[in-house]
Amino acid sequence: MRIAAPETSDLYIPTKRPFNFGRWFSRTGWRHLVGAVMVVFSAFPLLYVLSASLHPGGTLITANGLFNEVDLGSYSTLFNLPQQPYAAWYGNTLLIGTITSVCTVFLGALAAYSFSRMRFRGRRAGLLMLVLVQMFPQLLAVVAIFLLLSGISDIFPAIGLDTQIGLIMVYLGGALGVNTYLMYGFFNTIPASIDEAAKIDGAGHARIFFTIILRLVAPILAVVGLLSFVGTTNEFVIASIVLITPEKQTLAVGLYQFVSQEFSSNYSVFAAGAVLAALPVMALFLFLQKYIVGGLTAGSVK
Amino acid sequence: MTTPRTEQDAAQLRQTKRSRRASRVAEAASAGVKVLLVKIVLLGIVDAISVYALFVLVMKQDWVVVGLVAFVTLVVNWIYFSHQKLPAKYLAPGLIFLLIFQIFVIGYSGYIAFTNYGTGHNSTKADAVNALIVSSQERVPDSASYGLTVLEQSGEFSFLVTDPDGTISVGSATSPLRVVTDATTDATGKATGLAGYTSLRFADIVAQQQAIAALSVPVSDDPNDGSLRTPDGSSAYLYVSDLVYSAADGTMTNSSTGVVYADNGKTGSFVAPSGEELLPGWKVEVGFANFVHAFGSESIRGPLISVTLWTFAFALLSVLTTFGLGLFLAIVFNDLRMRGRNVYRVVMILPYAFPAFLSALVWAGMLNPQFGFVNQVLFGGADIPWLTNEWLAKFSIIFVNLWLGFPYMFLVCTGALQSIPTEIQEAATVDGARPWQVFRLIKLPLLLVSVAPLLISSFAFNFNNFNLIYMLTGGGPRDVTAGVNVGATDILISMVYKVAFVGASRDYGLASAFSIIIFLLVALVSIVSFKQTKALEELN
Repeated sequence: MRIAAPETSDLYIPTKRPFNFGRWFSRTGWRHLVGAVMVVFSAFPLLYVLSASLHPGGTLITANGLFNEVDLGSYSTLFNLPQQPYAAWYGNTLLIGTITSVCTVFLGALAAYSFSRMRFRGRRAGLLMLVLVQMFPQLLAVVAIFLLLSGISDIFPAIGLDTQIGLIMVYLGGALGVNTYLMYGFFNTIPASIDEAAKIDGAGHARIFFTIILRLVAPILAVVGLLSFVGTTNEFVIASIVLITPEKQTLAVGLYQFVSQEFSSNYSVFAAGAVLAALPVMALFLFLQKYIVGGLTAGSVK
Repeated sequence: MTTPRTEQDAAQLRQTKRSRRASRVAEAASAGVKVLLVKIVLLGIVDAISVYALFVLVMKQDWVVVGLVAFVTLVVNWIYFSHQKLPAKYLAPGLIFLLIFQIFVIGYSGYIAFTNYGTGHNSTKADAVNALIVSSQERVPDSASYGLTVLEQSGEFSFLVTDPDGTISVGSATSPLRVVTDATTDATGKATGLAGYTSLRFADIVAQQQAIAALSVPVSDDPNDGSLRTPDGSSAYLYVSDLVYSAADGTMTNSSTGVVYADNGKTGSFVAPSGEELLPGWKVEVGFANFVHAFGSESIRGPLISVTLWTFAFALLSVLTTFGLGLFLAIVFNDLRMRGRNVYRVVMILPYAFPAFLSALVWAGMLNPQFGFVNQVLFGGADIPWLTNEWLAKFSIIFVNLWLGFPYMFLVCTGALQSIPTEIQEAATVDGARPWQVFRLIKLPLLLVSVAPLLISSFAFNFNNFNLIYMLTGGGPRDVTAGVNVGATDILISMVYKVAFVGASRDYGLASAFSIIIFLLVALVSIVSFKQTKALEELN
């Protein structure tokens, strides 16, 4: 039984209006339409490569029949290629990426701490230099890097051309730069009174840095570490000229060469390699999404 | 004041002494023995490595590098053992890498741009002389047979030879023969082993056949004396070159034809009067020749200009398209009434999370003209040359970069839109502004203020977006009229890479000259953009 509201009352209980498609569409419905188009646009290439990887022995043309066969054969083929040591590439990529990102975070945090907490001559010039240096990415000097490393390998073959240590050292040349700037901004948001309190309690600068500051800035360390890991994984130019032996190469170099040799005939194996290569990066991204978005708006480009 | 005169003074002095001691104790307590140990161990490792490095460098007589390494080691020790220099302690590790692998290499590029470094010109004149002589060596017809044992020491092969009159000597490709007396010999007097070296057995020789057959051990310091080579691994013969090098006037003479090849001092090679050039040559400074070559010769100037224009067009269009789509989506999905926004958001971030080099490779497969998904399924078997027609390839690159880049702009614009206070918007609505006016006159300007620096860094990133270009089209379709390996979709950085590292002939000098051009362009763009945004003024 329904009691009609008295017309004079100011308590007006709205009755649920009947669903009107036109009104719904003009308010939010069209947004869902845009969303659906974008979902197809964004996700389709990824589904395509996933479906291609599940089609053993597939070529580029069989990849067009989406998900008409599901089998993990290509994944086992991938690890048994005679010429292409995929497992080694995978391990190298993880190793180089991890070491580079850990060292990058550490070197960047050291520099950001000194810029944020200390006042010294050349501080402003130093910050300015970091801004300027990041405009000139290392790959512009790729020829000089190659020749420098080949010069080093004449003297110390262990850290020269065709060594992963050499490549990591080159990557660390870019450790200061945009990362430090990102961290510098974050360090400034930690109140200096915390340091002072610790100093009064008798802590030295190193103890303040390692036991207090580093813990408080952990989110930005995660962002910088992840961006550096992703950047290293994606890096092709320098890795392709430094690493020559197939067993030492990274995924970017190895998969590119694999693809350029036999693109259309062995597509399902490449697709399987691509899916596995993308997994760790995408998982990290989706888990740390919140932090990354914060880092992005602070000025980093993938 | 050396002696306390009154009670009060004495008390004050005790006070300062005590406080000084207190601060010392505090510092010591905070630093601790462990920290000190770690510091000493780390510095010890650094010093040990550099002492080793110095040792090797002194052996190689590379005095400039010796000086540099010694200087850096001293500076590092000075910084870390000093009680002040606190900022330097924190900056030094990153700064050393930055100086070597970012700043120094830029300067080094500048130097290489003024040399003829590249295939055929990548070493010193002495190396080139040796290489030329070795490559034109022929066996002396009546050469005596030398008894040979092939030795190995840490991966390098040496020849232990017994010449016909019984003298035993040892030498390798890099060190000429020297007489030794302590070799072990067999019954016939042929030397079979030498302390410190491993003698190769027949099976080893077979396994290393190619390396041993290519080995050429000089008889003396003068390359004209010829060298020993072995066809079988058990006896060596004297090989002498057709070419005779005269150190006095620096010329190379072909002894069979009599042609004299002279070093003209410009090209870094021996050139005959007829213009014939002997390669390999060596590295020399060539002044502005690379730049003159880049701008002066029609076959390179044309491609260079079109590549530069396309680089700017590509970077600009990439920023505009990704920003346009990202902003549109940010507005569409920034409506609280809409359900399921998070689902859309996660799916739309996927292209950004997928590694970029793989995206380009996957799209290259989908856009393949004969077999790709786009032509076969979407266009029903059409034969559209997405990646091989000049303009369609350019379109494809912009399109794929839109796919790669719009999630970033979407995230950034969403963040910026949400940080605009809603009161401003409400006030405008109350004043009677329509939604479009609110957007154009209020939201967009506020948004641009916060997003502009990101747009500039996105431009700078795309300016050198090597991976996309190289993985998607490889820079193609190739421009066959160009004097260098360059195509319609090449940007400057991919052109540098192709000139320097792709194909049989590598020209590091020309590639570095192109890099210098990119440096200048990037510097120009950043000066202009920094002036616009005044980003540098925010530094404090």
